[in-house]
Amino acid sequence: MNIVVCVKYVPDAQSDRTFSDDKTTDRAGVDGLLSELDEYAVEEALKLVEAGEGEVTVVTIGPDEAAEAVKKALQMGADKGVHISDDAIHGSDAVATSLLLAEAIKKIGQPDLILTGMGSTDGLMNIVPTMVAERLGLPAVTLVSSLEVNGSTVTGRRDGDTASETIEASLPALVSVTDQTNEPRYPSFKGIMAAKKKPVETWSLGDLGVDAGQVGLNNAWVQVESFEARPPREQGQVVTDEGDGGTKLAEFLSTHKFV
Amino acid sequence: MFELTKDHEDFRRVVRDFAESKIAPHVEEWDAQAHFPSELVPQMGELGLFGLVVPEEYGGAGLDEGGFTYLCLAIEELGRVDQSMGITLSAGVGLGINPILTYGTDAQKQRFLPDLVSGKALAGFGLTEPDAGSDAGATRTRATLADGQWTINGAKAFITNSGTDITSVVTVTARTGEQDGKPQISAIMVPSGTPGFTVEPAYRKLGWHISDTHGLTFANCQVPEENLLGEQGQGYRQFLKTLDDGRIAISALAVGLAQACLDLSADYAKTRMAFGRPIGANQGVSFKVADLAVMVEASRLLTYKAAWLKDEHDAGRRSVAEVKHAAAIAKLYSTESAVTATRLATQIFGGNGFMEEYPVARFFRDAKILEIGEGTSEVQRMLIARQYGLVS
Ligand SMILES: Cc1cc2nc3c(=O)[nH]c(=O)nc-3n(C[C@H](O)[C@H](O)[C@H](O)COP(=O)(O)OP(=O)(O)OC[C@H]3O[C@@H](n4cnc5c(N)ncnc54)[C@H](O)[C@@H]3O)c2cc1C
Repeated sequence: MNIVVCVKYVPDAQSDRTFSDDKTTDRAGVDGLLSELDEYAVEEALKLVEAGEGEVTVVTIGPDEAAEAVKKALQMGADKGVHISDDAIHGSDAVATSLLLAEAIKKIGQPDLILTGMGSTDGLMNIVPTMVAERLGLPAVTLVSSLEVNGSTVTGRRDGDTASETIEASLPALVSVTDQTNEPRYPSFKGIMAAKKKPVETWSLGDLGVDAGQVGLNNAWVQVESFEARPPREQGQVVTDEGDGGTKLAEFLSTHKFV
Repeated sequence: MFELTKDHEDFRRVVRDFAESKIAPHVEEWDAQAHFPSELVPQMGELGLFGLVVPEEYGGAGLDEGGFTYLCLAIEELGRVDQSMGITLSAGVGLGINPILTYGTDAQKQRFLPDLVSGKALAGFGLTEPDAGSDAGATRTRATLADGQWTINGAKAFITNSGTDITSVVTVTARTGEQDGKPQISAIMVPSGTPGFTVEPAYRKLGWHISDTHGLTFANCQVPEENLLGEQGQGYRQFLKTLDDGRIAISALAVGLAQACLDLSADYAKTRMAFGRPIGANQGVSFKVADLAVMVEASRLLTYKAAWLKDEHDAGRRSVAEVKHAAAIAKLYSTESAVTATRLATQIFGGNGFMEEYPVARFFRDAKILEIGEGTSEVQRMLIARQYGLVS
């Protein structure tokens, strides 16, 4: 089974994340990494291929540094990488991103399965996977916490608040996985060394046959208008129990209209 | 000259992630309970940490050269989070795997190395005795050969990784006769569970609570003749050869500790308020942070220079004397700096620095052994002074 995993290079959530002057995510001033949510998708792909046969290809869109996300996936064990990079892509929205990914997946050659994370830890639109599936005319099974492939079908479990759904789709299909799916592996030393020899292709808009007028900040359907830092969290209130702890708690809850 | 490449930094990052997510959340509890988390060892094995200097046929990385520098990086990064897991790796490779890899027969290597490299098992090396430490030649443990069996009698002290539930073998030095009027010392492998081999209860230690350390006793303990490691009568000399690596590894452990002190202190100095401003706004505090930064940088350079020399030596490009000298200097400076670093860091933390809730308190306890194990500071000074024709 051949699998394509879409991965994203995001600013490290541990660092001071901010926006650039053009109100896009600042990717230059902070350390970046493979989105932790995408590691689950990479892990799932590796497990499926290891249990049978086939290849895992990872694809990312982003500036030069985004090659790091591809490298991390290769270190974990993916077989090859595609890095879509073009100055004109800067500031693209989810619509353009899904177009580029769909075109890249076509160019890679129709895989049996496309895996993605549940969302990126920076943009949080969580819509790209469905859009990619739509553009490719494939079934999308999103936000699964476990999945299984049997012959020509994929079955995934979606855990909701009140019920778990089991959803089946015929392959090829796109599946997005949550952080409940597995425990992503760490790259091993051998994995790190082996990754250096794995093929990574860098594709521009031209390679994908996409026109610059379809992507980028100026053609985005939505743009960030303004942003401000969230105010720092206020210190909590400590209630000391002097026999009247229950009353004090109840008062706190009612004055803040929690009850 | 030596430099750390992108590959080194990629590897460092993986070990750091591993230490921060698999070890850091539990350290306080494990330390308080003196619990050795043996389930972590195979996970470290999967990362490849035990195989960095080992050929592929035993499950190792199979690098042509440069493996030791990677090992030091791993030890530093584990040590930055927890010194005990750092020494577990350092001793596991330097004292457990290395002697077998260097001196073992094919059969011995086939028998023990694959599990040691994958982290399914750990091995120890018992040189120190209650009455023979710095003066390791004073070994009293005896082994006599009869009917194809070694019979071992004696005791060893402070042996790392010797009593975990996954320890497979401890190599011990013992007198096996006399040679030119001097005791002949050899190394013999004693598998865990051999009758007559008793692992004493774990020590109560000042630091390294998570690391496994035991006294060992041997009472008519018998192992087959083929458990001799290396040549008979070469045990002491063989052991001395593996010491240089151990010293550089301890130096890397010290770098991790000093780096942790620096990171924690710089953060604390910025956030802890006194007299209406961060304590770091006072020179009395900020200069301590500056001193910490200098110690970290200097220790790191000495350590990785020594590691590089060791890798160069293994590749046949540098002499063993150069490695020895660099190893002694790195170990002496880095470990003494590390002890100073914990003193400065706990001072910056004030009363909190004395509380186990804050990692600097644990690092304070963990630092002292660095000046003692794998050759005390005095021993390092002796070795360095010898280079200048001063014999003590
Ligand atoms: C936690 C821990 C783990 C250990 N793990 C191992 C292990 O796995 N395997 C192993 O074999 N050993 C191990 N050791 C032992 C360690 O290597 C020894 O403790 C160390 O080498 C010092 O020996 P000693 O304790 O006998 O001290 P001593 O040799 O008695 O030294 C006492 C003091 O005298 C000084 N001194 C001695 N001789 C001289 C001299 N000629 N000139 C100046 N000063 C001198 C020393 O520097 C020291 O300050 C471990 C020790 C500890 C505490």
